[in-house]
Amino acid sequence: MTDLPTRSVDLKAVLSGSSPTVAKDDHSEGMSYLQSVPRRMVTLYLPLAIIVIVLLFPFYWMALTSVKPDEQLLDLDRYNPFWTWNPTFKHFHKLLFESYYPYWLWNTMYVAVCATVLSIIASVLAAYAIVRLRYKGANLVGGLIFLAYLVPPSILFIPLATVVFQYGLFDSPLALILTYPTILIPFSTWLLMGYFKTIPFELEECALIDGASRWQILVKIVLPLAIPGLISAFIFCFTLCWNEFIYALTFLQSTSNKTVPVAIVNEFVDGDIYRWGSLMAGALAGSLPLVILYAFFVEHYVSAMTGAVKE
Amino acid sequence: MADVAIPRAKPHMSEDSAWTQLKHNRNWLGFWFMVPAMAFLIFFLAYPLGLGIWLSFTDTRIGRVGHFVATENYEWLWDDSIFWLSVFNTLLYTFVASALKFAIGLYLALLLNENMPFKAMLRAMVLIPFIVPTVLSALAFWWIFDSQFSIISWSLRHLGIINQNINFLGDTTWARICVIFANIWRGVPFVAITLLAGLQTVSPSLYEAATLDGATRWQNFRFITYPLLTPIIAVVMTFSVLFTFTDFQLIWAMTRGGPVNATHLMATLSYQRAIIAGQLGEGAAISSAMIPFLLAAIMVSWFGLQRRKWQQGENND
Repeated sequence: MTDLPTRSVDLKAVLSGSSPTVAKDDHSEGMSYLQSVPRRMVTLYLPLAIIVIVLLFPFYWMALTSVKPDEQLLDLDRYNPFWTWNPTFKHFHKLLFESYYPYWLWNTMYVAVCATVLSIIASVLAAYAIVRLRYKGANLVGGLIFLAYLVPPSILFIPLATVVFQYGLFDSPLALILTYPTILIPFSTWLLMGYFKTIPFELEECALIDGASRWQILVKIVLPLAIPGLISAFIFCFTLCWNEFIYALTFLQSTSNKTVPVAIVNEFVDGDIYRWGSLMAGALAGSLPLVILYAFFVEHYVSAMTGAVKE
Repeated sequence: MADVAIPRAKPHMSEDSAWTQLKHNRNWLGFWFMVPAMAFLIFFLAYPLGLGIWLSFTDTRIGRVGHFVATENYEWLWDDSIFWLSVFNTLLYTFVASALKFAIGLYLALLLNENMPFKAMLRAMVLIPFIVPTVLSALAFWWIFDSQFSIISWSLRHLGIINQNINFLGDTTWARICVIFANIWRGVPFVAITLLAGLQTVSPSLYEAATLDGATRWQNFRFITYPLLTPIIAVVMTFSVLFTFTDFQLIWAMTRGGPVNATHLMATLSYQRAIIAGQLGEGAAISSAMIPFLLAAIMVSWFGLQRRKWQQGENND
């Protein structure tokens, strides 16, 4: 379970689109030149275009709905539903100034940042201990943490609700900050274990000989070298927190304490036939921070995703 | 792999005081480093997991401490047709969605692995459905599948294929198709990008050699790509099955289990019984009933990983 693939996956190449590294190793160029352009049209570009359009259409529709005036939303016969010539920011205005949306956004951000920071600190320590201190039973603990990754929130939320209630954390953001790490720690520990393994242990030996303590080694040598891993773990954990739903739905009650996903589902879904504009505006505004973050850190994100699977 | 243990900072001397032992002994140090992670996992994961199984044997309700009722909850569920319907729905949802996610994901990965213009941008765009919170994209699907103003119904009507709007989320069969579609839509990018990472480790020279030997494109895929990808497929699919099986938020945002419980999964049913109806014991029994299925998925993952070791030939550490 702990072995690294003999041929490591080059994560940068996955996204940068450069030719695969192995191709360079053995000087082969691939065989794409064997295919004619019309053939590539049918076997490659056409199916790819269809899949990409299907994957992105809901976002287009979300964005379009959120700027359409109400009368165009529901009148599909007089207006072309696929475009609008008079966009309006009415729905966003309503969202920002006539609802709790800014609070929800703040709650989500606050919970996500706190839970992520807590989990990363715990995971760094745990991963370092498992990989480098190699105490008795380290491999067993590593395996148990992997198993913890496979325990889904949907079988834990009922007993956790009683625990949260007993500790008096019900309806407080602290309930989420303390429970989210159970989802994040197993994942980020495994990710960081992979990163720590790649750091040559000769560096640590040198530091030990020079009289550094374990703590100093971790802070001054291992962590600076593992920064890409830390960023990956941070981004991925943050996204997971933002996405989490069932705990937030169960543990929070008052309107102003909710996180964006829960609040939109519960507070915006009323009988109003004109709700769609603000509903979609809310969904868009809740997704944008993540998409922007993702746009800046695509590589880290992918390395987190594939890294956790690879281990 | 750094299998070689790092030499200790100080030779282990017998006159070390207990405090130095605590500070420098590798096992004690390891223990201190593990404390924060373990505290979280024990208090908020292991303990609730055990508590959940215990609750399933009690008649606990919200606001009332329960008594031990042995297997009464399970017996009650055994005769509950809605529970069995949710089991059926969950299995159907998991199998259909996972199989299609795998097929489309693998196909997409193979397409993205080709050389083409704007490759990097395409790959980044493909992953967006996976980034956006599930609930928010589920709401977009809810609107797309609206009974009156669905854009799909509109397009099909204008193309002359149908005469009346399809009641996507109001009809049992359509509702199942819709939630499965939304789940596939969200899962495909994950499968595709992880398999793509695996594909990139396959050397093109293998395909060249096979092609010179007269292999067709299908044979190239069947006898080179597929065997080399098996280990990563095993892991990706285990995760995919696991998260599809325990899915909650997509269903909750789109249908809440309706129409007539046709899309109730075990997770949504346990939420409904435990939190909305207040029957914590019964809800816990439903979620505990998911554990055997999860164990089966974990076993598959375990054997998938075992297999990778012999495929690599050595390095059995």
